[in-house]
Amino acid sequence: MQFMINLSLLAASGGWWDKVKADFALNFIQASRWKLIVSGLGVTVKVTLLAMVLGLVLGVVVAAVRSSYDLQKDEAKKNKASWVILSIFNVICKIYLTVIRGTPVVIQLLIIYFIIFAASDNGVMIASLAFGINSGAYVAEIFRSGIMSIDKGQMEAGRSLGFNYMQTMRYIIIPQAFKNVLPALANEFIALLKETSVSGYVAIQDLTRAGNIIRAKTYSAYMPLIGVAVIYLAMVMALTAGVSRLERRLRNSDH
Amino acid sequence: MTTNEPLIKVTDLKKHFGDIKALDGVSAEIYKGEVVVVIGPSGSGKSTFLRCLNRLEAPTGGTILFENEDITDKKCDIDRHRQKMGMVFQHFNLFPHMTVLKNMTIAPMKLKGLSEEQAKAEAMELLRKVGLEDRAEAYPSQLSGGQKQRIAIVRALCMQPDVMLFDEPTSALDPEMVGEVLEVMKTLALEGMTMVVVTHEMGFAREVGSRVIFMDGGVIVEEGTPAEIFDHSKSDRLKSFLAKVL
Repeated sequence: MQFMINLSLLAASGGWWDKVKADFALNFIQASRWKLIVSGLGVTVKVTLLAMVLGLVLGVVVAAVRSSYDLQKDEAKKNKASWVILSIFNVICKIYLTVIRGTPVVIQLLIIYFIIFAASDNGVMIASLAFGINSGAYVAEIFRSGIMSIDKGQMEAGRSLGFNYMQTMRYIIIPQAFKNVLPALANEFIALLKETSVSGYVAIQDLTRAGNIIRAKTYSAYMPLIGVAVIYLAMVMALTAGVSRLERRLRNSDH
Repeated sequence: MTTNEPLIKVTDLKKHFGDIKALDGVSAEIYKGEVVVVIGPSGSGKSTFLRCLNRLEAPTGGTILFENEDITDKKCDIDRHRQKMGMVFQHFNLFPHMTVLKNMTIAPMKLKGLSEEQAKAEAMELLRKVGLEDRAEAYPSQLSGGQKQRIAIVRALCMQPDVMLFDEPTSALDPEMVGEVLEVMKTLALEGMTMVVVTHEMGFAREVGSRVIFMDGGVIVEEGTPAEIFDHSKSDRLKSFLAKVL
């Protein structure tokens, strides 16, 4: 207590900058603690990127199934066998979306780590898988809304030229849908990046965990937690800037 | 194919939307080089009829023979036939994320395997014909309605179709732009293109049409040369329709 008061007196008397410097040295420089932050950052970036890729792939596949089902509902009973298959996939996708969007991501992570992959100790892969599967559900709905928002005349124009359904999707619908959903997609990836901060629950040393470890060692909460927060903020701002550049480039086509 | 065989032969075509009978037994033949104009009040089934011809609407019953192949057969490769049937829509439906040139070249390149140079050369040739070669690099949003529809027509022509289907091509245009689109269609007709045109432009029907079909209530009420339809109409329904639109 006495010590605390002395410190605050010190700060008040104009030495606050020296205190910040000392705090910084204690938390990041002494015992090379910055290495914890760097390796934690590496894990966070790796998990986020792998989860993004998995989420995109899953999302595209699920959105393709769901929107094909919706778009062809009225007329496609022509080819019975493929329609039955599509209906089955559609039900599977719906279950996936309901379960994933209906449960907390931490619980999903714990289930995958402690139940499904209890035998594995590759935490980064498991976390990527968990966050990827989670993100896929949101990406799928974002893509589906994008595809459904394209005027149906575009599909008709593509088909009338002789493109089949998949080609029309690929060359005409998806490029337009992608542009429309880019802001929502960026939002989802920002959320994903921040969600990986719960990786510590399954003993993965990500950025948040690294900050927490330093806090536990130095008994000083201020510098490690604010430091970690600033790094997350910088990553999100960089991501946002990248997306707005991409958006501006894509918007060139419809002034 | 000999010239006296129809290019498209429609037999007893039916299209029901639930209880609504949009088409209730339509039979028609379209011969090579003909310009068949379909007229009728809204809700008469004329657009549905046209959209059934390339199966954008799946018919409920009846058959459509295109170049002697039944395209209502579930097993036929409809995409292959559609390459031979150009279509122009009321709302243009240009691809907004592509330049004019790309709009025109993507189908020939992807579907017919044309090289980019070849596809571009053919597209530029067509653009010159409709006087829009300077808009090749523009995006659809930068064009006027009349320009959009002219581009839509040449986009369909890039696939070198055997027949062109027009679904009310001038209905969404400002009045002063109707003329430029009709002019392109007229030129096309004079070059011998087979055309099926759903339209409210009675002047075009009379001047360019080789045959006029009047539809109402999902059936063909009367059909004949423009002179027969416009000057010597037989049915009361057609007479009252013409009285309103002319």
